[in-house]
Formats: sequence, structure tokens, C-alpha cells
Amino acid sequence: MSGPLLTIEDVAVELPTPRGNLRAVDHVDLSLEAGRTLGIVGESGCGKTMLSRAVLQLLPKKAKLSGRVMFDGQDLARLDSERLRQLRGRDLAVVFQDPMTSLNPVLTIGTQLMETIQEHLELDASAARARSIELLAAVGIPAPEQRLAQYPHQCSGGMRQRIAIAIALSCEPKLLIADEPTTALDVTIQAQILDLLAREQRRRHMAMIIITHDLGVVAGRADEVAVMYAGRVVERAPTPALFKRMHMPYTEALLAAIPKLDAAPHTPLPAISGRPPDPTRPLRGCSFAPRCRYATGRCHEAKPALTGAERPDHLYACFHPIRMAEGVGA
Amino acid sequence: MMQLAVPEAPLLNVDNLVVEYGLGNKTVHAVSGVSLQVARGETLGLVGESGCGKSTLGRAVLQLRRAKSGRVLFDGEDLTAMEGEALRKMRRRVQLIFQDPIASLNPRRRIGDIVAEPLVIAGVKDVAERRRRVHEVLSAVGLDPDLVAGRLPHEFSGGQCQRICIARSLVLNPEFIVCDEPVSALDVSIRAQILNLLEEMKARFGLTLLFIAHDLAVVKAVSDRVAVMYLGRLCEVGPSEQLFASPAHPYTALLLQAIPVPDPDVRPAESVAGGEPPSPIAPPSGCRFRTRCPRADQRCSAEIPELREIAPGQFAACHHPLA
Repeated sequence: MSGPLLTIEDVAVELPTPRGNLRAVDHVDLSLEAGRTLGIVGESGCGKTMLSRAVLQLLPKKAKLSGRVMFDGQDLARLDSERLRQLRGRDLAVVFQDPMTSLNPVLTIGTQLMETIQEHLELDASAARARSIELLAAVGIPAPEQRLAQYPHQCSGGMRQRIAIAIALSCEPKLLIADEPTTALDVTIQAQILDLLAREQRRRHMAMIIITHDLGVVAGRADEVAVMYAGRVVERAPTPALFKRMHMPYTEALLAAIPKLDAAPHTPLPAISGRPPDPTRPLRGCSFAPRCRYATGRCHEAKPALTGAERPDHLYACFHPIRMAEGVGA
Repeated sequence: MMQLAVPEAPLLNVDNLVVEYGLGNKTVHAVSGVSLQVARGETLGLVGESGCGKSTLGRAVLQLRRAKSGRVLFDGEDLTAMEGEALRKMRRRVQLIFQDPIASLNPRRRIGDIVAEPLVIAGVKDVAERRRRVHEVLSAVGLDPDLVAGRLPHEFSGGQCQRICIARSLVLNPEFIVCDEPVSALDVSIRAQILNLLEEMKARFGLTLLFIAHDLAVVKAVSDRVAVMYLGRLCEVGPSEQLFASPAHPYTALLLQAIPVPDPDVRPAESVAGGEPPSPIAPPSGCRFRTRCPRADQRCSAEIPELREIAPGQFAACHHPLA
């Protein structure tokens, strides 16, 4: 393998607002190798979606992007719009949260699928049609031939997300970004869609980024997890290490705040008090310090860097990391 | 331990409720003969996926959607037979909290006025008394009345708006609150705050809750008993712990299996029962879950299963319940 497929280097995104510049993404470094899955987890406003938009070069017009996004040996920020257009949809595909708004309501499913296929692969209409049927069957849509003539509104939410995935997979992308792919779906359908994504990823040896607010979604399905808070990656580790021996107090608090199925009813939840900082205000110390139960004076004064003290693949940004030694647990 | 069995005289008794919507010349069978009871001081969780009729049921309980047939007895009185002034009077005792806290607050009105509104409608004329009550409930939900009362909803986050909605629902001293997905729109860290707050308010004001949600873990965290709904009918009702530990209805088991667990050692169950819920316009005959059920047979399509007691306090509507 010749290095990672995707490298995000010191990427920052600022959005101008009437109240001043909003730090949506605050100097993030990440990398992803072919065939691997990275989970990006965080609450709303943490910058996870903006980061994915920075990768796709689909930021709002007024946004200011700095840093480098290297994909498959190319610096995406330096590509002209024509090259980018060729790349997106072909090598770099995306599935959004809401399949109703990401599909065009006035075009049939067949038209939308075949459009993408014919745009990027040199196939004639009948070959594109055959491939569309094959793709719909692969994502578990019954009677795919009939579906081609239907419109998005004639399909359920789960079906629409399957179709969006079929379009994303149509040109055998090297990287699939799934931004909250199951948040709009019911829990039984969510499980089906996550299974489908995992299956297709294995089959195609494609790299995948799953963006979610739900730690449960990434637990069994990502190789590595990056936790974001207030625009920064605050902890990043191989999935088992992150869940077993998290070092960042925010990760611990986030996991603790989720109601557990095996807890007795009426067990009070360890809630995180307060709320995330205002991203338009300058912040001196650790962004989580005001809500952190381990915070000391130092945390309010200086920003902890993302470092890996124990092992190079487990990074965290905290002056007072928890569970540092094996066997020391809360 | 809580008294888990259904007591003699429940505060809320929903009896064979049927709610239907017209859709062109078709009928949506939203709630098809649901019966359930909620004891005074109890929290009954109502779970199901979108379109299963759980919100419609909640609204029909409050008479915000009138039932086609069946009865809703609140403290012994039939709400479905009430109209006009009598119903308005009764509504002081029952309140509703919605999913989207920002959308359920009027953006142009000040928080103090929003929370006082139910008092105005209820005819509390004394301004000082209204102010006193508003102060009381805002403090109860953890907001500083002096800082908050004069401000507008857009100045608050989603979690704070939900606190305001909860304050508003408490201002008339109700006995019963229907919480319709009260934390679904909130982030994990805020969700825990609001769930804890609801528990605290329930204890402090002696409330009875019908807690509607799609998230089983959230429902379990607050409920004494849980009712599972699928396509307009109840599948299973039982004490929370028991129902989660040994579900009797295959649908309850499917729901539990589908939840992503935040633990990398728990491998996600490959391919939980496939398919999607059928349309409530043309629900399947017999058991409505049969089209997705691995245990379904001839009898399931011919005969509607009745809720029957599987274990003490646990009822399931299934011809082939899980052991």
C-alpha cells in the first residue's frame, strides 16, 4: 500500500456570521487507508459535517478553508471545478442523511441512476440500464426493473436511502462518505442499511467515513473512531481501544450519557452539564473544560494538543487523561 | 419496588380505541383497537417505529384527534364524550410536550408570556399570581426566571427550549402529561439532562406520564411499564425490565436486536428480519406483523391475535410467542 487514500492536514473551516467568524472546523488532521472505515462522532455543531464538506470541496461559498485535503495523490483544494466534478460521484461518493432531499423528486429513479453512470463511465444507455438494475438488486430493492420507472416519493424512506446508496456505489468509488446515513430512518431499517453499507464496503474494498452522533452506530462497524467537539478532534483511536480505554473525559461523558438497555428503569443518567462553547467567541483553553469534571486551572489557560502518549494510534487532547494505565478504570 | 401490576382503578383507561384518517378515498388505519391503562404515578412508555400510530394515540388520548370509536377514561370520566367547556376544563389536568421544542414555542412571544399562557386560558386573572406560578415552574426546570422571562425563544438552545416547554406544561399543575418524543431532537449530552429533569418533575409534582418514543433505551430509562406498538395495534405490554429481558412478541425482539449498542464487542446482528412495515392504508389481515415475522404461519393471516398474559403483568398479542 502506498500511503493513505485520504489525508486531511491541518484543515480549518471558518464561516462568516453577523456575530463574527464561526470556527466550524478547528485544525483537524485525519487519514484513512483504502478499505478501512473511519467513524467521526460528535454532537450537532461539532463540525463533523463541515469537515466532510471540506473533503468533498462542497463548502458554502463564503466559507474559508485552510489546510490540505489529499485524496488519491491529489490536493483537492487545487483542482479546478471540472476535475472536481469528475472526481465527485466517481471516486469520491457521498450519501446524505435525508434521502428525500438528496434525490431529485421530479426525475425517475432510473434516470437518476443512469445519469450518474453515463456521466462517469463510458456506457451506452442499455448497458447503463442493465447496470442500474444490477445495482438496485445489490442494495436489496425488490423488483428493480419496475423501480427504475418510479419516482422517489413512491418509495419509503429506507428504500430511498438504498437508492441513494446505489447511486453512490454506481461508479465503484474509492471513498464513500456517509453523513448520518441512518438518522432519518427507523431502528429496524437503520440496522438493514448499516449492514448493507458494511457488506458493499467489504465487497468493493472501498474506504468509508461514517459520520454520526450515535456512538452505537460506529461501535461495531468502524475500524477507527474520531470524536469531535467544538470543531476539533479530541480523541482518535482504533475502535476497541476507544471504547475500552478512552482517555478524553468528553468521550467518557458522551458514552455515559447514553441510556443503556441493561440499566434498571429510573436510573439517573450521568448528564453532561452545560452546553458546548459559542464557536464565534475566541477560546483560550480546552473547549470542553467548562463542562469537564476533571478540569483544572491549566485547562482554562492552554489548549491541549492532540497527542499519543501510550501508543501512536491512540491520540487525545487532554491534560488530565483518564484510564492511562491498563486496568485502571473508572 | 414499584407496584407493577395494573391496579384496580387506573388514572387513564384507553378502551378499544380506533382512530382513522381519510386520505382521498382511502382510509389510514392509524390506531386499530388499542386498549391500555396507566396507573396514577406510573410512567407508561409507548414505543414503535414511525407510522405505527403512537403519536396519533397520544393525541387521541388528549382529544386533539377524535376517535372513531372506543373510549378514553380519565379519572373515571369519558373524554371522548366531552365537548366544549367540559373538555377545556379537563385539559387543565392533562398536558402535552412535543418533540420539537423550538417549533412549539411562539418565536415572537417572551418566555414569561409563553409559560403564563395556559394560566390566562384557564382564567387566572390575578397577574401577581400568574407571575408567581411562572417563577415557580421556571425555577423548577432549572432556569433563572429573572434572566429568562423577558427573552425570546431564539435566544435559547434546543435543550433550554425543551425546559421551557416542560415548565409550560407544569404551570397548571396537571396530573397527567403525554410526552411525545420529548428528547428525540436533542443531542446525547442534552438528552440525558432532559430525561433526568422529567424524572425529577414527575417525583416532585406527583405526575403520571405517557412517554412516547422510538428509542427503546430512552423509554426504558424512564418507564415502569412499556407498550410496544406496530402498525396501529399493541404487540406487547409489560413491566420494563421483564419486557426487555424476555420479550414475548417477535416484533419486540426484532426491535431490541436492531438497536446499535455502543460496545465494539457486541457484533451487530447480521441482517435482522428484513422488509419494511406495510402501509397502514391496507394493513395485513390477521396479525399485522406477520409479513415480517419469522414465526408467521397460516393462523397468523387468518386470525387477529388478542393480547393475553404470557407472564405475570406481561401481555403479548401473538399466536406463537417466544418462550
